[in-house]
Amino acid sequence: MSHHHESIIREPLMTGKDITYAQITNDILLPVENKPNKAWWIGFTVSSLGALLWVVSISYTFWFGLGAWGLNKTVGWAWDITGFVWWVGIGHAGTLISAVLLIFRQNWRNSINRSAEAMTIFAVICAATYIVAHMGRPWLAYFTLPLPNQYGSLWVNWNSALMMDVFAISTYFSVSLLFWYTGLLPDIASIRDRATGLRRRIYSILSFGWTGSLKTWQRFETVSLILAGISTPLVLSVHTIVSFDFATSLEPGWHTTIFPPYFVAGAIFSGFAMVQTLLLVTRKVLGLENYITMFHIESMNKIIMLTGSIVGVAYITEFFIAWYSQVEYEQYAFINRATGPYWWAYWSMMSCNVISPQLFWSKKLRTSIKFSWFLSIIVNIGMWFERFVIIVTSLHRDYIPSSWAMFYPTWVDVSVFIGSIGLFFTMFLLFIRVLPSVAIAEVKLLLKTSSEQSKKKLIEEGHLDPVEVQYYKESLTKYDSIDMADYEKV
Amino acid sequence: MSKTKFILGCFDDPDNMMQGIDNLQKNSIPIYDVYTPMPIHGIEDKMGVKDSRLGYAAFCFGCLGASVIFSILFYTLVLDWPLNVGGKPSFSIPNFVPFTFEWTILFTAFGMTITYFASTHLFPGRAPRVMDLRATDDRFIIAVDAKGNVPHEDITNLLKQAGAVEVKHNERKYVSYE
Repeated sequence: MSHHHESIIREPLMTGKDITYAQITNDILLPVENKPNKAWWIGFTVSSLGALLWVVSISYTFWFGLGAWGLNKTVGWAWDITGFVWWVGIGHAGTLISAVLLIFRQNWRNSINRSAEAMTIFAVICAATYIVAHMGRPWLAYFTLPLPNQYGSLWVNWNSALMMDVFAISTYFSVSLLFWYTGLLPDIASIRDRATGLRRRIYSILSFGWTGSLKTWQRFETVSLILAGISTPLVLSVHTIVSFDFATSLEPGWHTTIFPPYFVAGAIFSGFAMVQTLLLVTRKVLGLENYITMFHIESMNKIIMLTGSIVGVAYITEFFIAWYSQVEYEQYAFINRATGPYWWAYWSMMSCNVISPQLFWSKKLRTSIKFSWFLSIIVNIGMWFERFVIIVTSLHRDYIPSSWAMFYPTWVDVSVFIGSIGLFFTMFLLFIRVLPSVAIAEVKLLLKTSSEQSKKKLIEEGHLDPVEVQYYKESLTKYDSIDMADYEKV
Repeated sequence: MSKTKFILGCFDDPDNMMQGIDNLQKNSIPIYDVYTPMPIHGIEDKMGVKDSRLGYAAFCFGCLGASVIFSILFYTLVLDWPLNVGGKPSFSIPNFVPFTFEWTILFTAFGMTITYFASTHLFPGRAPRVMDLRATDDRFIIAVDAKGNVPHEDITNLLKQAGAVEVKHNERKYVSYE
């Protein structure tokens, strides 16, 4: 027997009646094989306009230089690095879902990993645009590579955390892309074998000639597991190194050893929020309610609650250590954050990131789709403010009070940020049109073990402990895709 | 002489397909290959496929990546242009860790995946050698080389007994070339 039955007390990972392997393929490929609906066109139009704004504002920056931004002598880093850290952080959830949950054999990852990984790639692209943009002269971007220059062999500064960033972000992006694309091969082959004409040719090239033979699958699973194994420390290293950009400096408020774990937790926190933002809409628009179920939504909300709490503890620890260290500058940096001219940013961060995720202790709230979506937006806003608070409030009042200043963004700053969101959604919407947004092959694995119909069949066969069956039925009530009337007679 | 090149047992359930493999093996009929829309766990043991050695390749590529970047760092920072940073030693290993780590991962990932593509003959533009178009959708296919494996009727019956929804006698090996 290749399929073992899962314990009945586990919630189903896939709902729906009479689902077959063919129906899984049909359901998931529906948006890929048909003309997009109105909702998609509206979303795509709005996002492309955003992306256009990004093109305009980035071009303006390159043409006129960084003077187009609101930076000044005191606040030399503001929205650009805030946007960069925000996007990289968002990307982390995709790798966490695809790699960490694979290592822990969490099968609920199977239906959300594909779109979460796509989100990772698009978020890292958005982050990379900030790095290139803040160079001012992007045609000199190769200066970050260890190439000998024409004045002799003065090499890049390997002692700088920014150099580590170059290596971390480029490795993260390319390995994530590789992991994502390798996982896509069997699903691209599914599209290919159902398509005709030019579509078939294109998907044939993209499928690398995948056939699904025995050895292909066997090696595929080895490759997936090892990629997951190396992506796990990779994702932790990336945000650790991003935090080094601040932690290795001598700036009060930045120079803290708590930064690496605090940044990683914050990254996962914001990433899962963005996954919720995207998937709650995607599941509705593409009709994927049977695959991305309430169990997935609730699980992600639990992770948001956990990581939000870790972030909250980190905020409070920072404050405590500032007092405990008895360093006057460090203490001032924190008192200034909470009560200085940027108090509103600090308290937005605190209420969005620390207080609001605690609402998820309520089961009613964390299984409400509307509330989950609303809170995911709140968390995204809060995490943007976190980076803004760390960066701008630490810089704007430095050691010399005569050079204290405020940061005021220009229209270019604002447009680059809003534009990058447009760019992100444009890429995501194109992705769900041309590639399967759920990993077809991996979801098929769940059909005979963890689906609602297989569990219902087990109940009907009637060899199970009635107490466990009752527990199982109670756990089903939270699902919006299950009609409980079916279970009255069973 | 029959024109049949391949006999395909098409199953709609992976458990029945496993039964089909058992039936053929009991009768000493060699199986050419099995095509499935998803990985089937436990099939490797049944078919006698050895564990993949890609893990060893991954390890070697990881070592290569670490050595390459460590050498670059050592050459640039220690040999070629030692920077005097407050009189600290230029061969400062803690500083080498992030770079060495990243390139270990980078080389492992790409080295292993490219080895996988090469060993499985996957590359962009390769003509897909598909025996049945539904093998990537909802059919679990057992392929038996018709040559030498006679009588074909017996093979058909063995597959049918295991629950094959259809048994095809194909006169062409691959259907995907037209």
